[in-house]
Amino acid sequence: MEEPGSGAEHGPPSVAARLAFYERAGGVVTPLLTGAIAFAIGGIAVLATGHNPIRTYRAIFDGTGLNWLFPWVTGASRSLAASNLQQTLLLTTPLILTGIAVAFAFRCGLFNIGGQGQYIVGAITGVWVGSSLPALPGVLHVLLAVVLASLAGALWGGIAGLLKATVGAHEVITTIMLNWVAYWVGSYLFGLGGPLQSSTQTSVPVSNDVVDSAKLPVFWGDPVLQGLHVGFFVALGALVVFWIVLNRTTVGYEVRAVGYNPEAARYGGIGVRKSYFLAMAVSGLFAGLAGAIDILGWEFHITVDDVQASTIGFIGIAVALLGRNTAVGTFFAALLFGALVSGTSTRHLDATVFRPELARNLTLLIQGLIVLFVGAPVLVVYARRGWRKLVEAIP
Amino acid sequence: MRTPPRAAGAGGVVLGALAFWLALPPLAERSVAVPLVVGALAVAVGIWTISQHEARLGSGAVVAGVSGALLGVLATHAGTGNLEGVVVWSALVAAMLRFATPLTFAAIGGMFSERSGVVNIALEGMMLTGAFFGIWGADRTGSWLAGLLIAMAAGAIFGLVHAVFAIHLRADQIVGGTAINFLALGLTGFLFVDVYGSNGTPDLRSSQQIPDVTISNGNDFLSGAFGQLNLMIWVSFALLVLSYVVMFRTPVGLRIRAVGEHPLAADTVGISVYATRYAAVVLSGVLAAMGGAYLSIGFVHSFNENMTAGRGFIALAALIFGKWRPFGAFGAALLFGFSSALAQRLGGVTDWSSYAVLFQALPYVLTLIAVAGVIGRSIPPAAVGRPYEKQ
Repeated sequence: MEEPGSGAEHGPPSVAARLAFYERAGGVVTPLLTGAIAFAIGGIAVLATGHNPIRTYRAIFDGTGLNWLFPWVTGASRSLAASNLQQTLLLTTPLILTGIAVAFAFRCGLFNIGGQGQYIVGAITGVWVGSSLPALPGVLHVLLAVVLASLAGALWGGIAGLLKATVGAHEVITTIMLNWVAYWVGSYLFGLGGPLQSSTQTSVPVSNDVVDSAKLPVFWGDPVLQGLHVGFFVALGALVVFWIVLNRTTVGYEVRAVGYNPEAARYGGIGVRKSYFLAMAVSGLFAGLAGAIDILGWEFHITVDDVQASTIGFIGIAVALLGRNTAVGTFFAALLFGALVSGTSTRHLDATVFRPELARNLTLLIQGLIVLFVGAPVLVVYARRGWRKLVEAIP
Repeated sequence: MRTPPRAAGAGGVVLGALAFWLALPPLAERSVAVPLVVGALAVAVGIWTISQHEARLGSGAVVAGVSGALLGVLATHAGTGNLEGVVVWSALVAAMLRFATPLTFAAIGGMFSERSGVVNIALEGMMLTGAFFGIWGADRTGSWLAGLLIAMAAGAIFGLVHAVFAIHLRADQIVGGTAINFLALGLTGFLFVDVYGSNGTPDLRSSQQIPDVTISNGNDFLSGAFGQLNLMIWVSFALLVLSYVVMFRTPVGLRIRAVGEHPLAADTVGISVYATRYAAVVLSGVLAAMGGAYLSIGFVHSFNENMTAGRGFIALAALIFGKWRPFGAFGAALLFGFSSALAQRLGGVTDWSSYAVLFQALPYVLTLIAVAGVIGRSIPPAAVGRPYEKQ
């Protein structure tokens, strides 16, 4: 197949042609470059506060536990790295799922900003099912909680899909609204006097605890100190499912066709409305699953603060954009953001190097910059052009 | 002209509101029948209006009738003492205006941006930026006016960033807006922690607070509601009228709307699409930041990380609910402000505080209903969200 950017005999290729070329060249140029620029700008912000950016990034990196991968880290620092890496992967797990929640809708040409709401609805359902029905056998209980939470997420996403399919309401608007409905409903349910508020701690705005038999087993690390639970494999499995559904099934083909060009898809006999609904429902399913896995895997209960301060679904947008809506890209993007969040947390970051409260905001800053730059891929073309001119100017 | 059905529909909406109002103080009707009968009447009028092909007003009357009857029945079951504690009309109106004002500023800002064809979901971030830089500026200069101006400048810069990415770099406008929301959250949080640390923002002197305008200290309803409003509330009223005149009665407004509806046609007759969009998006940043500055130095008198807490998104909802028109958006902002005010006052009553939280979801549910087309479709400007490439 001919690359559209290779028509050199027709004069210099246009910006659009160059862009198309970069997008096809594995699509890794833009994410890598924008990531580097975002971290560089973040470093300047660190420098502005009078700290050493290289030492700060080094401390954040150590806090992520990714140094566990280096064979020369041994002894006590190795076991610390292992425990840090478990935390990073605990965060990576829901980010993979909310990432593919956003990515799946993107592939259908829809922008699912509602990952957050779908995640919360999933978490609410997960904690409700997980903390009631104590007599149910463990495996069945976990399955029931996960399935119902996923369905709740699918319902939340499906509302937006249905409104898009029937009356053409823009999914960005409806998902933003649904996020806030979930936020306040969650605050009501677990708030003081709310219907799902804890029956033992009546003065704390928290849910009941998930019963022991419904907790996901921990396979790496200490179960008491938040080791890594099997939900990580569920997320990896979801990545595979995401890839197969998109690339090897009729539904996925239709979803992608609608994403490329809804008019052409309609002409080709594809049910565009059905695809809109399905894409949003499947999106919500993944995000709802993320909520359930977090609850059953390591949170075990949910507070009003958790409902209000959680940003897993929002980070999922950055994950999907940086991962270019592909399975592999989403995995690495989720790992990056999971590592950033865990490496800048109060628990992991060495406060003598850089204050964790500052670092937490640094994470948001870097996320924002990455989304900003990834969203404008022509920047890469302009940057390369500017670089060429600079090189040519130097004899 | 189809005047009679339209008048009937409007009357139906009023009847629906009346069903609720009758059950509240000062009348505080205790019989369940009253709100039910009045609400049913509103529904009947609504159905008749729909049958006369005025579906929009008719369904509005049906929705108003049903919700008025439901809320009215709820109110008749509440204790009179509690009701009188919550429903103090003058205080409710004043609180409604306080909650509505940040929304009004941001929604009108959003109107300029979206009418010119650039989606602005970054209102939240721009408002947050204004809130931080407003208090930072007031703290550094000692003057609220300087704080307000610095906030507006900061909002303009974020507006400019959004404009460059949306217009020149042809980035997806929703992705760009999401990025700005992240950026604003990170930047204001970063600066807040770095500058003020764990102590929080210092107490503001009166010269650092946007002043209240005292018209009257009386005890009657009008003095209670309007006697001591913040200056920015009056500014928002003026802005409302001004933005309506500019948008619908001047050539400038016509150009903005033309660029947002059909940029190619506007370009053909010599209107600069890029310049118009740049100006509109920067203006939206300035106005959203004014709403934020009101919040920090006019209303709460402090700043906290993520203090806007979704108000920018409610403003967006108000804009859509109000069909991208100034008075529509203002009406929606008042409705949302009223639900916040009611929630605040309900929160003070122990038996009801948990339900008060649910009230906060009302603006979002109403907006969902509005975009679903039950109360008439909200149709955005035709070219909104699409980058324009000059031919």
